[in-house]
Amino acid sequence: MREFLDSIGYDSWVLLALLVIPALAAMGIWVHGAMLGDNDARDRASGTPRQIALWAFIIEFVVSLGLWWSYDPSTAAMQATLDLTWIPSWGVRFALGIDGISLMMVLLTTFLMPLAVLGSWTSIRIKRHSYYALLLLLTTGMLGVFVARDLFLFYVMWEMMLVPMYFIIGIWGGERRIYATMKFFIYTMVGSLLMLVAIVYLGIKAGGGTGPNFAYDAVQRMAGSGGMTSLFGAMVPASFLMFFAFALAFAIKVPMFPFHTWLPDAHVEAPTAGSVILAGIMLKMGTYGFLRFALPFFPDAAMHPAIRTTFLVLGTVGVLYGALVAMVQPDFKKLVAYSSVSHLGFVMLGIFALTTQSIQGALMIMINHGISTGALFLLIGMIYERRHTRELAAYGGIARVVPLFAALLTFVSLSSIGLPGTNGFVGEFLVLLGSFQTAPYLATFATMGVIFAAAYLLWAIQRIIFNRLDRAENEHIPDLNARELALMLPLVAVILWLGIYPAPVLRRMEASAQQLVTQVSGVAPAANVASAGNP
Amino acid sequence: MLLQHEVSAAAHPLAGTVVEWLWLLPLLPLLGFVINGLLSLVPATVLGPGDPDMAHGADGAHGEAGHGVAVHAHETADEHGAHGDDHHPVVRHRFAWLASIVGPAVLAIAFGLAVAMFFAMRGAGGGEMHAPFVQRYFSWMPAGTFHLDAAFQLDQLSMLMVLVITGVGTLIHLFSIGYMQDDPGYPRFFAYLNLFVAFMLVLVLGANYPVLFVGWEGVGLCSYLLIGFWFSEKANADAGKKAFIVNRIGDFGLLIAMFLLFANLGTLDFVAVNENVTRLAFGGPLITTICLFMFLGCTGKSAQIPLYIWLPDAMAGPTPVSALIHAATMVTAGVYLIARSSVLFSMAPVAGLTVTVIGALTAIFAATIGLKQWDIKKVLAYSTVSQLGYMFMGVGSGAYVAGVFHLATHAFFKALLFLGSGSVIFAMHAAYHHTGSHEDAQDMRNMGGLAPYMRVTWILMWIATLAIAGVPFFAGFFSKDEILGSLFLRAHDSTLADARWLGIPGSAVLYGAYALGLAAALLTAIYMTRMMIYTFHGPNRTGEKERDHLHEAPWIMTGPLVVLGILSAVGGWLNLPAITSFLGPVGALDRWLEPVVGESALRVTNGVAPEATHSTELALVGGAVAIALLGIIIAAVRLKPARLVPKAQSPEEHGIERVLANKYYVDEAYDRVVVEPTVGLSRGVLWKGIDQGIIDNVLVNGSARLARGFSSLGSWVQSGQIGTYAWVLVIGVLAVLGAFTIR
Repeated sequence: MREFLDSIGYDSWVLLALLVIPALAAMGIWVHGAMLGDNDARDRASGTPRQIALWAFIIEFVVSLGLWWSYDPSTAAMQATLDLTWIPSWGVRFALGIDGISLMMVLLTTFLMPLAVLGSWTSIRIKRHSYYALLLLLTTGMLGVFVARDLFLFYVMWEMMLVPMYFIIGIWGGERRIYATMKFFIYTMVGSLLMLVAIVYLGIKAGGGTGPNFAYDAVQRMAGSGGMTSLFGAMVPASFLMFFAFALAFAIKVPMFPFHTWLPDAHVEAPTAGSVILAGIMLKMGTYGFLRFALPFFPDAAMHPAIRTTFLVLGTVGVLYGALVAMVQPDFKKLVAYSSVSHLGFVMLGIFALTTQSIQGALMIMINHGISTGALFLLIGMIYERRHTRELAAYGGIARVVPLFAALLTFVSLSSIGLPGTNGFVGEFLVLLGSFQTAPYLATFATMGVIFAAAYLLWAIQRIIFNRLDRAENEHIPDLNARELALMLPLVAVILWLGIYPAPVLRRMEASAQQLVTQVSGVAPAANVASAGNP
Repeated sequence: MLLQHEVSAAAHPLAGTVVEWLWLLPLLPLLGFVINGLLSLVPATVLGPGDPDMAHGADGAHGEAGHGVAVHAHETADEHGAHGDDHHPVVRHRFAWLASIVGPAVLAIAFGLAVAMFFAMRGAGGGEMHAPFVQRYFSWMPAGTFHLDAAFQLDQLSMLMVLVITGVGTLIHLFSIGYMQDDPGYPRFFAYLNLFVAFMLVLVLGANYPVLFVGWEGVGLCSYLLIGFWFSEKANADAGKKAFIVNRIGDFGLLIAMFLLFANLGTLDFVAVNENVTRLAFGGPLITTICLFMFLGCTGKSAQIPLYIWLPDAMAGPTPVSALIHAATMVTAGVYLIARSSVLFSMAPVAGLTVTVIGALTAIFAATIGLKQWDIKKVLAYSTVSQLGYMFMGVGSGAYVAGVFHLATHAFFKALLFLGSGSVIFAMHAAYHHTGSHEDAQDMRNMGGLAPYMRVTWILMWIATLAIAGVPFFAGFFSKDEILGSLFLRAHDSTLADARWLGIPGSAVLYGAYALGLAAALLTAIYMTRMMIYTFHGPNRTGEKERDHLHEAPWIMTGPLVVLGILSAVGGWLNLPAITSFLGPVGALDRWLEPVVGESALRVTNGVAPEATHSTELALVGGAVAIALLGIIIAAVRLKPARLVPKAQSPEEHGIERVLANKYYVDEAYDRVVVEPTVGLSRGVLWKGIDQGIIDNVLVNGSARLARGFSSLGSWVQSGQIGTYAWVLVIGVLAVLGAFTIR
């Protein structure tokens, strides 16, 4: 496989292709829509946009799959790099590249997108051209975030994905979609504006007086060599301010408790694919940001005991708080939204615990949460299309009517609960195992999350598929159709694969995780075991 | 991994033998699960229409087709449970015949394989084989210094467990062919049952704690699915959920124990942990903490105080499930875990004492509740909780072999009791079903005098009753006696006796546990005899019309009962005490398990194997026998089955009877103290208060309102009225001038 990929020069063009393919397809859909004219009826009847989107995403996935083999897991260095001049006067370059962390996020994105299209197949009934074009543009933005090696480019991509999502929620969303999408947009904007200021500052500093330089490596060199002076009369080290600017943007995106309240609203109002992408991919940009920028650039700030403890505590609080609040939600989508707060709390705990295991575990949860929560949202979308409600109380006993749906819902829920043998377990286990070495008490508290996770999801699925079938309108729900089954099966396969044999994934991220730990903590990762604390 | 040393698989005496097929053991039932699972899904499922939203359907015909399809699916899907509901249509599943072959066959083959492995192990000098046979398949979770393999190991302890699981499992699968025959969910039942056995085998074969944990949680999952098998009843679904969540509380403990082990030893492999654990301080706080957290896991899985509450509710599942999962195998996993971790526990006397105390308290506590239950399965459920308490008294006090011995004999007689009760319920249910009556088929007040109708079940259940009561020469007599005897001896001299538990001398604790064990033995004899008398003796209370329809179960059900009956009678030969050397070879199990737990057991007893004098041993055994017989006599004399009336006409209980019948109101107390406050706090404070109130309303939307407020102030000021601007200008100028003038 590797020889074949080398023979076609795969590494030199793949990342660019991944950004270009969706953009081209979006353009294609736009052209098709323009040819139809401004005609709602014809737009509604047209199956072309979803076909174009589906095939573009399938091609995209196939293209990205080569990275699995071309990626060299033995090094943490950036791979498949591409570096083009973009805006020379501002020192901005079009620089792309991936390491073990980006690789998995890219593959997760390209894997989920075709499924998101299939999940929208019949549920999106208006403005289909715009919808699928926006999905494609969104993908370019998301992938751009994961592969950018230039801070300015990163910021452009970061904002670029915000706009399509704003419209996806605002146009195809539920009843309170305007409120939800405004909240989502403004909340995220507030965070990212401060980050923009920080990026500009860093770029100018990294340029060293010869004009700004936004290259990732240059910024990191500058930050590492103490290139930042103090601001505001030496009261606060600049690195702390920069860290806060980045951390706020990312914490909102994660979302970390207590910045999470935009998420339940956005999830509930978003169409199925919106929720899948939001939970599956976009939340990971927050944690990705911590791993890529906030920690390696400003280790002294991130590892300052007070700051580190704050993040560890907030992560743990998020785990328990998200689970407890999820438990009492009457709306299934809101329940899953709060469960995301809980899962991402594990990720934050793992990142700031900063051991190789906890970082690798955090990355695993980022993948797993995308798979399992994405699958949950897809299933919710399927049952919503049939009954037009997400109220748990509106269901009950439907396992008899829709056995396939019930079997899949149970299976996916179990993976989300973290049952060993499914993907969910691997991530949580590694995060907790790793965190226990640096923060034993908090890790113990976070472990209690596994109890509440079982409580909220089992209670929810009981109220949907078990108990007595006591509503007439539930008696004739059709079971999943072939398309829905086909889109769930890859998710089921990945859930099992990552649960039973995650080693290939873990190996590909190991070097990057280890390098991060070394960089940030300044000690070799092997020292972690020796310094283990006992409660 | 630190200092990891293992006998490489190639050099092991078992290399190249049938044991190389170890991986096939769990794979066989897993295969059964896949086949039966597909059988259960395929005929019940009809795919929905391409566009599932019928309200927006393109044309009416399309929606109509979908409608018809749905009705069809509805009819073929599981309607109700055969025994869960009296009005169910008797629908034999289309593929029931195939499931009847696949389900038990995979188990029977696995059992055959296990027997072959047993002989291979004996041939390789079983008692002297000191290192387990380890098979590594692939790397499971490599992460920095943490290496974890998907690996199985087989040693003498695992071998015993595998034999019990596959052997008893096969019998219970066979029994289920008859018991579940009319259930519409027939293949689904066998799918879950097969999956359970697969996970149970993973549990006992895992070569490290996380692989064990896969089985540990996996059996919990199957237990959840099988308790809620008849999920249309909310109570059943509740019981399943309760079992899973309560078990998760225990699993939390096991997880913390694993994290502590890794943080301090850098490994989770059994072999490496056992080698390195002696680096930790003997009896120190660390090893004690590890063991206590691990035991928390055991209290969940093995239904001990305070987490026993799920097991009685678990009786909502079909009776073969109760026999296999909630009596013979899964609930003994905690006992297995402690025996597996005997090196750890032998280094933590305080933890060992805690295990013993909890076991003793559970034994007596559950036995008292068992005295007043009317549901035949609930009696057996509390009896199981009580007997598990005995096993923990054994493994807690360092008598690992005794605990495991009781685990094995209990698997025989308790499986027999449950299946026997299943046979009774089956007959009762068929009788009531015949006349369309809605009476409770499990309530003993509706039974009575069943002996003439079902001779085989009656005789076999008496054998099991004598075994559990501890009547000489039946299986339970030997194993229970060994536990009580070891407690007595260890109270005299052991590391446990020297330690202090909450300030109490360990010796006193152990004598106390011994006394509680004796008292629980008396109660066991009483409640079991009570159950037998009320069920099989005295006048029949089933009903005039129903009586004629009572009859013995078919041979596919009684056959397995006979085999279990034989095992319950002679199971004690596994490990005969010295005092009965005239019966056969003494201490076979002691010698078999010596390589696994021998060293730990010696550490507990200060390096010398405890030997009772002949007279002490006679006195101990005599006392136990007297107590068993006394209990049976008390029950036989005091109980008046003739006075009982059917459930429907029974009066309310009063006083202590009522407290016992309501299980000391522990469930209610947990609801009030734990469940309701948690849910209330989550809803009232966390969600409505903090989330919606403070964070969202005050902070997030509050800042939005603030911004809007500022901007509306701005827009109010910029009214566009020239006159107003002029006035404001004048006032401003005057103010500034005034300020300067006054200064």
